[in-house]
Amino acid sequence: MQEFFDSGWGLSLIVFLPLVGALVLALIPRRFEAGIKWTALITTGVTLVLAGIMVLLFDYSATAEFQFGADLSWIETINANFHIGVDGISLPMVVLSTLIMFLSVIYSWDHWPEPHNPKLLMMLAMLLATGMTGTFVALDLILFFVFFEVVLLPMYFMIGIWGDTGIRKVPVVNWEIEMRLYASIKFFLFTLAGSAFMLLGFLALYFASGDYGEGIRTFDIVELSALGATGAFVGTFGFWVFAALFAGFAVKVPMWPLHTWLPDAHTAAPTIGSVILAAVLLKLGTYGFIRIALPILPGEARNWAWFIGVLAVIGIIYGSLACLAQSDVKRLIAYSSVGHMGFVMLGIATLTAIGINAAIIGMVAHGLITGLLFFVAGSMAHRYHTREMPRMGGQMTLMPRMGVVLGLAAMASLGLPALAGFWGEFMSLLASFNPLPGLSTSLFRTLMVTAAVGTVLTAGYMLWMLRSVNFGKPSGEWVSAQLKDVGTYEWIAWAPLVLLIIAIGLYPKIVFGATNDAVINLVTSAFGGG
Amino acid sequence: MPAVVAELSRVAVFLQENVEQIDAGDGGWLAAYAWLIPVVPMIVAFLILFFGKYSPWKGWGMATAALGFVAVYGTALAVANLRDGIIAEFSVNIGDVGTFAIEWGWVVDGLSILMFFLVGVVGFLVFVYANGYMKGDARYTWFFASFTLFAGGMLVLVSAPNFIQLIVGWELVGVSSYLLIGHYWEDMDNIDAANKAFMTNKVADAALFIGAVIMSLSAGTFQFSEIFTRMIDGQTVLAQFGFWAGLAIFIGAMGKSAQFPFHVWLPDAMAGPTPVSALMHAATMVTAGVYLIARLFPFYQLPEFSGSMRTIIVVVGAVTLLFMGLLAIVQDDIKRVLAYSTVSQLGYMVAALGVGAYTAGLFHLFTHAFFKALLFLAAGSIIHAVHSNNMSDMGGLRKYMPVTFWTFLIGTAALVGIFPFAGFWSKDEIIASAYFNASNNPEFAAWFMVVLSIVGAFITAFYMARVVSLTFFGTYLGDAKPHESPAIMTVPLVALAAAATTAGLLNIPGLTEVFTEWVTTRAFPIVEHHFTEPEYFLIAIVTPVVLLSLFIGWRLFGPSSELHYTSTSGEAADVSAPERSVAVERDTFRIPVLYPLLENKYYIDDLYMNGIVRPTMGPIADATLWVDMNVVDAVPNLTAGVAKHAAAAVGVIDDNAVDGVYNVAGATTGAIGGFLRQFFPGRVQQYVALSFAGVVIFAALFVIF
Repeated sequence: MQEFFDSGWGLSLIVFLPLVGALVLALIPRRFEAGIKWTALITTGVTLVLAGIMVLLFDYSATAEFQFGADLSWIETINANFHIGVDGISLPMVVLSTLIMFLSVIYSWDHWPEPHNPKLLMMLAMLLATGMTGTFVALDLILFFVFFEVVLLPMYFMIGIWGDTGIRKVPVVNWEIEMRLYASIKFFLFTLAGSAFMLLGFLALYFASGDYGEGIRTFDIVELSALGATGAFVGTFGFWVFAALFAGFAVKVPMWPLHTWLPDAHTAAPTIGSVILAAVLLKLGTYGFIRIALPILPGEARNWAWFIGVLAVIGIIYGSLACLAQSDVKRLIAYSSVGHMGFVMLGIATLTAIGINAAIIGMVAHGLITGLLFFVAGSMAHRYHTREMPRMGGQMTLMPRMGVVLGLAAMASLGLPALAGFWGEFMSLLASFNPLPGLSTSLFRTLMVTAAVGTVLTAGYMLWMLRSVNFGKPSGEWVSAQLKDVGTYEWIAWAPLVLLIIAIGLYPKIVFGATNDAVINLVTSAFGGG
Repeated sequence: MPAVVAELSRVAVFLQENVEQIDAGDGGWLAAYAWLIPVVPMIVAFLILFFGKYSPWKGWGMATAALGFVAVYGTALAVANLRDGIIAEFSVNIGDVGTFAIEWGWVVDGLSILMFFLVGVVGFLVFVYANGYMKGDARYTWFFASFTLFAGGMLVLVSAPNFIQLIVGWELVGVSSYLLIGHYWEDMDNIDAANKAFMTNKVADAALFIGAVIMSLSAGTFQFSEIFTRMIDGQTVLAQFGFWAGLAIFIGAMGKSAQFPFHVWLPDAMAGPTPVSALMHAATMVTAGVYLIARLFPFYQLPEFSGSMRTIIVVVGAVTLLFMGLLAIVQDDIKRVLAYSTVSQLGYMVAALGVGAYTAGLFHLFTHAFFKALLFLAAGSIIHAVHSNNMSDMGGLRKYMPVTFWTFLIGTAALVGIFPFAGFWSKDEIIASAYFNASNNPEFAAWFMVVLSIVGAFITAFYMARVVSLTFFGTYLGDAKPHESPAIMTVPLVALAAAATTAGLLNIPGLTEVFTEWVTTRAFPIVEHHFTEPEYFLIAIVTPVVLLSLFIGWRLFGPSSELHYTSTSGEAADVSAPERSVAVERDTFRIPVLYPLLENKYYIDDLYMNGIVRPTMGPIADATLWVDMNVVDAVPNLTAGVAKHAAAAVGVIDDNAVDGVYNVAGATTGAIGGFLRQFFPGRVQQYVALSFAGVVIFAALFVIF
């Protein structure tokens, strides 16, 4: 097995097996649903097992190095290579995305959204899987871009086809348009616009890289990072390239004020779409900052840090306040992502080892917790046929198990210590007190205090949600409805998330053990210090 | 910088001169296995959650056994500590972040042993009692799961050798108290009370986070002992940030210990079952803040690092003890009287720590744990009997509930400070310490504390005289048939009464200094004044004040009082409604001017609700969402709108002039549209138009660059 992985085949398989699965699914007739389900399950299951083996084989004494990689010539004329590999930073993300895909397939077992078409849904999910894991392991900008874009279309279709069919009133322009159409197009256009800039940035880096070192133009992230560490790509050029990358990544995160696609997309998407979006897709942006923007453009990262920090904290406060005004439970969870990703970006903005570690564990925790929240919200909507919180209430009486899972997820989401969400939140506050030397300490300390206020608001809306949904006496409407409590497939899909949320909460080394050395190495080579 | 160094070396000299080295062992295996103290209840809590229903006594047995284990282990540690002294610390790494190590661990020293002992012993008695009190509850097992979690969280907190674990325990206590306060969740008022407790604490916790961050980063470690060592060795920048760290951490402590103006959650927290109130007010939760200040006492005792924090602590404590004591006077709900009384007594403890009286503050925490648990459980026994929390439904219960009456009376004597009950000794020591501090350090805050602590003693005696008179004397005004509680409830009362009688004897100045030895067994020296004999002249002032107050209270509310309703028939349910309302009217202590202020809790709840909570949840949140939909989102929406029209215009003017990008884009869009038509009913035109608009934007970007 060690050799299989060392040769790069293992990792390649983790990335492309879902694509193979999608092709196999294409050949299975639509009527043959059992075959479709099992193909999807086996594909994602084997991928997860491979990822698990990779975790076991991973050399934790060398987390700063790219392991299990492959570097093959791909498009020779532009020196773009099929260069992949995992280090301590990407390892948790790969595991997270394979896990979420597997759980989404299990959850889908008896939750098919209308219009009923398991074949197409699973094909799109498989495509998403390849795109997501590919992005996390790509070490070549073109490869990264391709994977990054591969994610776009399947999610677009997922929202557009299986999304919410309610009518969305769009103020200002006065449209009345079907929710799924509006949301899917919005998602598509925002991301596409962002990644257009990102591609420009990549191209600029490619052309500029010829001016340094041996004069060979390259898309290679490792080589570009090495150039970045020696002080390449600075000045006005650096500024504009960083701006372009920022546009691409910040839309995906999403950072305030580029976030407005998120509440619509998350709310409109079918359950597994929301889960995948929240748990994995948002991390493509933050991962891009850590993997590409920071190491290749360290000088510009310093210049932009205050700006990113300020936007991040605005996101925290603003997202939390918007949550407080929600009556739609899914929309509330969606807006909560804006706040939580704000903590992740605040960690990144400090440019310190603590901050970036905080960001990565924050990404993992947000993936698990918000993934779980969307699963539960989806199952609730499936039973209540509404997402309006004022109509709900008394869930602890109606469906006590559902209530407990929702309660646990909400507590984890508000950053309760001993659960996964705490580490990212607390550590990014910690990092903001002493950002990278040279950054304004007074600004970052102000941000720290403001972000701490954000933790209070987060607790506020989560408790408000629990109050409306879980507690009180259930109204007559639901007492007679005989709602079914958490089912078998739901338990199987949720239990791993619950266990991981608790496990990481109690033993954060699960994540920090992989990330810390890699992050210290990144910070040291890019910024010359911890 | 040199000034700071000089300052630090002065601190080091000061410590060396003032401190005898503490002689203590490492506690051997007893300390090495002390991790079981927090871990056993935590595990048992989850076992009860999953298997409690199938276990004997439906979870109560497991919970009580866990607390019994803690009580026994805590007692063993206390004994070993008194014999040899134990100072030990253990840590297990659970991850590294940058150069910071995150660790779980357990610290075994005088302070943590005190808390182990209290949580174990008081907790055990309360759990035994809860068997009777919670009988027939719909969520009996769930209650014991969350109650065990509550105790376990507190033990995680007090065993913490570092900030991270402290915060974990801190919030576990918070969340389990949320569950317990909202135990009767069908009633929204209880959920509101639970939310209020959680949110008030969360505000304070945010401050605690900030304080912990500042202190840990200034010292480069999360570990308390290491922070103190580096502080004295001059390896920290704490001299620079100490005041802010100290202030932020103290705000955190104010939240948990319900100090003014964070006290608002505590009276509402009475919505939970009475055993919860008893434990919350005795050994867990509200003592956490006092514990935290005591844990960080090596830091707070040195103004070189904590600046003027001690003065702030004294003032907050003193104000709390006065204001909350006054609120206790006007309550009708017996649990609320006791709740405000707790906050007031916590004020004593906090202020004591502020004047540098470490032992006195903790001693009061210790004695208070017994007599306040006793008072709450006795009140619970009454509530159990009369099915009401209100004293206007009580009266004359002395005859029906003799055990409850006598134990309650002992608790009262201990609380108001009658010789030789527990509170007499501990309160006296605090007043003496305040006096000592004021005479050596004659600033306003110091004398303020002395005066208020004596006034506080007067108020305490007054409201307790009122409670005893209204509850146990006069005529029974309720509807239910009162009866004495079963043995499973009265036995813990008797045990606690015994402790409330004798606990004070552990620390008689000049005679027994067991308690002082116990809690000053700390790795880092505690600098404080030790009294060699009781301050007789203070006793000569305070005891008459207390007796006078009891007398006035008895005259106003007792059965012989002219003011009081005086029917002596003593039979239940023979009081007419008008008579009853007259009695209730008389029993409420209506002081002009002050009464409306007290009735409305100084308007602080209103201030928070109308000044912060409602505006935030209402207009501010709504405005944010409005801005999001109408302003922030307007940019992309308008862009899409404009692009849509532009695209249409371009198409009309000249199809051929559109360049290749547009054609490709258009074709792609058309294809996608055709594909989607299978799935989308209607509105395809609009969709295609919007899609196309997007592609135009994409193309435009390429043209621009």
